[in-house]
Amino acid sequence: MSASSPAAKRYAMTVDTRQCVGCKACVLACKAENAVPDGFCRQWIVEEVRGEFPRLSAEIRSERCNHCTDAPCVKNCPTGASHVNEGGVVLVTHGKCSGCKACIAACPYDARFVHPEGYVDKCTFCLHRVQKGLPPACVGVCPTGTLTFGDTNDPESAVSTLLRERRSKVNHPESGAGPNVHFLV
Amino acid sequence: MHELIEATTTRTNPGIDPTLHIWGWEIVVYLFLGGLVAGIFVLAAALELRSGEKPKGDALRLMPFAALGLLSLGMVALWLDLAHKLWAWRFYLFFHATSPMSWGAWILVLIYPVGLLLGLGSMSEAQRAWLRGKAPKALASLLEKGFAWADGGRRGILRTSVGMGVALGIYTGLLLGTMPSRIAWNSAVLGPLFLASGISTGAALLLLLPLEEGERKTLVRWDAAAIVAELVLIALMLLGWATSGDAGQWAAAQFLGGPYTAVFFSCVVVLGLLVPLAMEAIEARRNVPFAVMLPVLILSGGLALRWILLTAGQHSAFRFLP
Repeated sequence: MSASSPAAKRYAMTVDTRQCVGCKACVLACKAENAVPDGFCRQWIVEEVRGEFPRLSAEIRSERCNHCTDAPCVKNCPTGASHVNEGGVVLVTHGKCSGCKACIAACPYDARFVHPEGYVDKCTFCLHRVQKGLPPACVGVCPTGTLTFGDTNDPESAVSTLLRERRSKVNHPESGAGPNVHFLV
Repeated sequence: MHELIEATTTRTNPGIDPTLHIWGWEIVVYLFLGGLVAGIFVLAAALELRSGEKPKGDALRLMPFAALGLLSLGMVALWLDLAHKLWAWRFYLFFHATSPMSWGAWILVLIYPVGLLLGLGSMSEAQRAWLRGKAPKALASLLEKGFAWADGGRRGILRTSVGMGVALGIYTGLLLGTMPSRIAWNSAVLGPLFLASGISTGAALLLLLPLEEGERKTLVRWDAAAIVAELVLIALMLLGWATSGDAGQWAAAQFLGGPYTAVFFSCVVVLGLLVPLAMEAIEARRNVPFAVMLPVLILSGGLALRWILLTAGQHSAFRFLP
């Protein structure tokens, strides 16, 4: 089934910035699940503080690849290693990647890195788990219920409901890439 | 007003943080040599198309072969940059129309036979006789076919050489210019700018050779035109950014008061473009040739242009916008 078919899945994630405490359990779960090498991470925590003391506000975000609808990394990949897979998930076929790094330069979110084995690596939305009916490792481990994963083409999914009922934003919408990680505010 | 005062991240990926630094000297060398070779192809073919005669100097006749050697050196630099070097052949199992790098990979392959034919056709009878004497006997008939093809469709080969040179020069700029994520690259002007710079550096290299007076005058005149085009394109690039949205204005500010202002205007605009242009004006009016200084300044300016833009682009991202 093509990604553009009305019945096709469109996976997305919501990150509730009102719930996240920045415990980094998602970061560690991802590293353990995907054997991410030391010194590298597929996801990370950003803390933003705004205002002037003592009138401050803080926002904590769990960030990762945005699996963009119009992914610049896929468009710029010269070997076809970066591609759109089931549910719009952007993946890298390790055996096709020459490590030219064009996708890294093209990514508006700096979400990719060169794996020590020579290929470019990034978040996969744990598609290997999702295909077995399991949530991504970060979602499964989150102790505050910050992360929700699901199919936005299914109006009854938890992620669709949250996006309908809560105000949300995406990082750098000006990139025009159509990110699929939404931050509930 | 909720002014952002601090943003911290746990991400410290090598090559990515604190700012992107995935492409280093290898890509600078490749972009420079790619532009240089593009310029040599355009100029060598255009000189012959204009005069209807083969180049007069022996060195100029062999420049297409030297250009292929320089391009090979650039491709070695490109290969050294690959994180998975044994997978370089993967570029040639696929063509991706939206990827300038994919276009470039195929242009690099197609330009070799064109360059060989351009060079074979430029060779004098004495050079051909020397080559026939040195070539292995097994290649003798192939060499004769090469000479026949090179001489037979000469105008077609010359026009194709101009086209391939333009494609190579433009692609090296579009490779960077078509990445909206890198704010200080995101300009379509980079394609023609790198082409104009490539033509200028190509002319500079040719000006280092012993040339017939008419050929030198033509090259100096064409180089001056390329330099003027570069100055106009740089002005358009900065103007385009400065009159666009937040991202463009941030990019323009990097070169107009920001961290790259001094190095860009001193090494590229003044020493690489304005001073050589003034030297060429003096040479044209007073007939005083600047045999070495002029080409060296132009070549250094071309290298600096690519080095500075490559660095500035990698240090630019949406997350740095205020």
